[in-house]
Amino acid sequence: MTQVAIDTTLLAILAPFLAAAIAPILTRYLKHNAAWLLALVPAWIFWHFTGFIAPVSEGQSFIAARSWAPIYRVDFSFYIDGLATVFALLISGIGTFIILYAGGYMKGHAQQGRFFSFLFLFMGAMLGLVLGNNLFTLFIFWELTSITSFLLIGFNHLKAKSRRAAIQALVVTGGGGLILLAGFVMIISVTGEVSMSELLKSPDVIRNSGYFVPIFFLILGGAFTKSAQFPFHFWLPNAMEAPTPVSAFLHSATMVKAGVYLLMRMHPMLGGTDLWMTVLPVFGGATLLVGTILAVRQTDLKLMLAYTTVASLGLLVMLIGTSYERALEGAVLYLIAHSLFKGALFMVAGTIDHEAGTRDVTKLGGLRGAMPLTFLFACLAALSMSGLPPFIGFIAKEVLYYGTSGAPSAAALLTVTAVVGNALMLVIAAAVALKPFLGPKVETPKAAHEGPVMLWAGAAFLSITGLVLAFTTHWTGAQLIGPMLSSLTGTPTEVELHLVPPYFIGNVALMLSIATVALGVVLFWQLDRLRALIAGILVGPLMNWGPDKGFDQVIAAIVSFAAAATRFLQNGKMQTYMALTFVVTAIAVLLPGYLSNGWPAVPKMPHYHFYEWGIFLIAIMGLGAVLIAKTRLTAIVSLGIQGFAVAIIFMLFGAPDLAFTQLMVETLSVVILALVMTRLKLTPRDHRSGAAALVTGVIAVAVGLGLALTIIAITQQPFDRTLSDFFTEYSRSIAHGRNIVNVILVDFRGIDTLGEIAVVTLAGLCVLALIRVRTPRPKDADPAPLKNEEAA
Amino acid sequence: MRTVIFRTVAPYLTALMVLFSIFVLLRGHNEPGGGFIGGLIAASALAIFGIACGVASVRRAIVFHPMSIAGFGLLLGAVSALPSLFKKQPFMTSQWLEFKFFDVNVALSTPLFFDIGVYLVVVGAISSIALALEERESD
Repeated sequence: MTQVAIDTTLLAILAPFLAAAIAPILTRYLKHNAAWLLALVPAWIFWHFTGFIAPVSEGQSFIAARSWAPIYRVDFSFYIDGLATVFALLISGIGTFIILYAGGYMKGHAQQGRFFSFLFLFMGAMLGLVLGNNLFTLFIFWELTSITSFLLIGFNHLKAKSRRAAIQALVVTGGGGLILLAGFVMIISVTGEVSMSELLKSPDVIRNSGYFVPIFFLILGGAFTKSAQFPFHFWLPNAMEAPTPVSAFLHSATMVKAGVYLLMRMHPMLGGTDLWMTVLPVFGGATLLVGTILAVRQTDLKLMLAYTTVASLGLLVMLIGTSYERALEGAVLYLIAHSLFKGALFMVAGTIDHEAGTRDVTKLGGLRGAMPLTFLFACLAALSMSGLPPFIGFIAKEVLYYGTSGAPSAAALLTVTAVVGNALMLVIAAAVALKPFLGPKVETPKAAHEGPVMLWAGAAFLSITGLVLAFTTHWTGAQLIGPMLSSLTGTPTEVELHLVPPYFIGNVALMLSIATVALGVVLFWQLDRLRALIAGILVGPLMNWGPDKGFDQVIAAIVSFAAAATRFLQNGKMQTYMALTFVVTAIAVLLPGYLSNGWPAVPKMPHYHFYEWGIFLIAIMGLGAVLIAKTRLTAIVSLGIQGFAVAIIFMLFGAPDLAFTQLMVETLSVVILALVMTRLKLTPRDHRSGAAALVTGVIAVAVGLGLALTIIAITQQPFDRTLSDFFTEYSRSIAHGRNIVNVILVDFRGIDTLGEIAVVTLAGLCVLALIRVRTPRPKDADPAPLKNEEAA
Repeated sequence: MRTVIFRTVAPYLTALMVLFSIFVLLRGHNEPGGGFIGGLIAASALAIFGIACGVASVRRAIVFHPMSIAGFGLLLGAVSALPSLFKKQPFMTSQWLEFKFFDVNVALSTPLFFDIGVYLVVVGAISSIALALEERESD
C-alpha cells in the first residue's frame, strides 16, 4: 500500500459528509433518480476498502492520520486492520444499496433530499466510528451516530410516536456514549495512551491495573446501550418508526453493531477475564432469549425482524463473552451473515409494505405471483437466517455450535440457549419470507405488484452475496474472517471454513444444526399456537411494566423535578432575579477583600488633561440623567451617554478596537433595550416606592464599588508581560498581521472565537424562539414576512 | 420615528454603513477593525433601516433569513479551519496565499475567511433578534 492510498482513507471518511451537503441540491433537480448518482459515493468507498483486503490478510495494519490539537493529543486518526476493514466494507457496501433503496422507497417524498442527507451523515459517522484510532475521534463519531440515528428515527416528525422513539433512542444511546467517554478517560489516565493502535500493542496494561473493574463496566455501558442488550433493548423495536431504509441500514446492519464492534475491538484488552466471561454470556444469552420470544409474539413484519435483531446482537455478545477462539470465529461469521440477511429481509419487508400497503403478516398472503423477484430474494435471505446450507448463515451456525459446545465453561448452557434461539429465529425467518407470499391470495390495501429495480436491487445483492461468500469458503476464511478474527484474538489466526462439513459421524455441530432445524420446523408449524401461548404467558403484571414504561417514568420524573426546581427558583419576577444576581455579584467581589483585609491602596491620582476631565464629566452626567429621568425610555438613552463616554475614554488611552466595539455595542444595546421596553408594555414611569429604590440603590452602589476595588487591586499587581511580549513579537512574523487584537481573535486563539461564534448563533436561535413563544402571531398580521421566514 | 427625512435618508445611510462595515472587516488584520466590529456596524445599519422603513423591507433587502446568514457564517468559520489538514498541519493552522493582482499585493488567508465568518455570525444573530423585536412593534 502506498501512503497516498492510505491517506485516501481520510477522503473516504469525508466523502459521505460531502455527499450529505450536495444530496438535497441533486435531489431537487433529479428527484428520486439522484439516488443513482449518490450511490456512487459509497460504491467508491467500498472499492477503496477492497484494496485493503489483501494487505490486511497478510497481517499488516495501517494508520491514516492528521493532527488536530497536538498538545491535547487529539488527532484525526484512523486505524485499518481486519476488524475495521470488514466493518467498513459492510457499511459502504450495504450503504450503496440503501441509498438506491431510499431512492425508490421515498420516491416523491417532499423531504427526500434531506433524507439522503441524513443517511450520508450517518454513513460518515459510522465509518469514522469503526475506523477511529484516537479515542476522542472514536467517541465523537460514536455520538454522531446517535445523533444521526435520532434524526432518522424522528424523520416523520409530525407523528408523536416517531418523536418519542427518536428521543428514547437518543437518550439511551447518547447517554451510553457519555458512560463510554468516562471509560475512555479512565483508560487514558491508566495507560497514558490515547490511540487504539498503541493500546493494542500492550493489551495487558488495563487488565492488570487496579481500575480494570470500573473500566470494564463503563465500556460495557456504552456497548450494551448501543447494541440494545437486555435491559436496554427496548429502544430498538421502537426505532422501527423510522422509514424502512433506516431500519435496514442503522437498526439491523450497522449502527446497532457498533456496541459489538467495541466489544470486539476491546477484546484483546478486556477479554479472557472472569468478569468478562461471566457478565457478557449472561446478558447476551438473556437478550437472545428475550428477543426471540418477543419476536414470535409480533405480527408486524418490521417488529418481528427488529426483535430478532435484538436476539442476534445478544447471540453475538454471548459468543464474544466466551473468549474462546472457535466461538469468536462464529461471532465474526455470524456478524457478517446477519448484516447481509437482515439488511435484505428489512428491504423485503419495506417493499411489501410499499407495494401492498400493509406489513401485518396476518393480513398478507399469496403475493408470490405478484412479486416473484421479492419472493425469491426473501427466500434466499431467510434460508441464510435459518442457517440452512448452502448459505453463509449455515457456516456461521456450524462454527458457532463448535464454539459453544467447546467453550471452556458452561458449554451446555450456552449451547442450549443458542439452539433455542436459533430455532426461534428460523421460525421468524420462515414467517417473514413465506407467510406473505404463500397461501391463498389475500386482499391488501394496495393492489400489489413487483417494485421497481431500486427496491429489489439491494435485497438481491445482499442475499446473493450471502450465497457467494459461502461458495468461496476458502477466500472468505483467509481474506475476511481470518484477519478479522486476528484483531479479536490479538494474534495472527488462520481460518479454514467448510461449506460441506469435513466429517459427518460424531459431528456435534451438525447434530445441533439438525436439532435446531427440527425444532424450528415444529414450532413454525404450530406458530399460531405458539404466539397465543407466549401472549398468554406474557399478559399480566410482567408485561404491564417493562423497561419501555420505566423509561417513560424516568423521563416524567426528571421533568417534574425540573418543574418543581423551576417553581422554587423562579417566581417569574424579573426584579427578584436581577436583585439576586447583583447581590451575589456584590458578595463575590467584596467578600474576598473583606476576609483577607486585602483592600487595595488608594491609587495616586494621575495627571489628566482638561478634555479627559470633560469626558469623565459627561459620563457622570449620563448617570445622573439616568437617575432623574422621568420615563424609562429616557433612562435607557441616558445610559447610552455614559457608554459612549467610556468608548471615548478607551480611544483616548490607546485602545481603538475596544473603543470601536464599545461604541457599536452601546448603540445596539440602546436600540434593542428600547425595542424590548416598548414590547413589554410597561408603564412609562417607575412606580416603586422610595424604600424600594433605596434598596436597589444600595445594591447598585455595592456592585459598582466592588468592581472598582477589584480593578484597582488587579492593576496594582505586578504586570506579567509574557503574553504581551509573545503577541507583539510573533503577531507580525507568524500571523502576518499588525493588529494584535484581531490576530489574537482570528489566529492565535481562533478556536476560542470559533466556540464563541457558535454560542452567538445558538443564543440568537434561542432568543428568536423565545420571542416567537411569547407572542403568537395574530392571524391577520402581514403575511409577507411570515412567508419570507419560512422560505428561509 | 418614521419621518419623511429619516425614511429618505435611511437607505443611503444604511448602504454607506454596510460599505463601511465591509471596509472595517477587510482592514482588520492590520488596522483597528475586524469581523466582530464590522458585524456590529452592519447590524446597526440594518436596525436603522428597519426602524425607518419597516421590517418587511429589511427582510426583502437581505434576501436570506438573518439566522441563515449566521449559520452560513458559522459554517464558513469552521470550514476555513480545515485547509491546513491537507498540508498535514494541525487543525486551524493559518494558510496564506499572497500574489500580485494588477500590481497590487493581495494576501488571501484562512484567517480572513474566518473573520468573514465572524462578521456574518454577528450580523445574522443580532439582526435576527432586532428584527424579531421590531416586527411586533410594527404590526
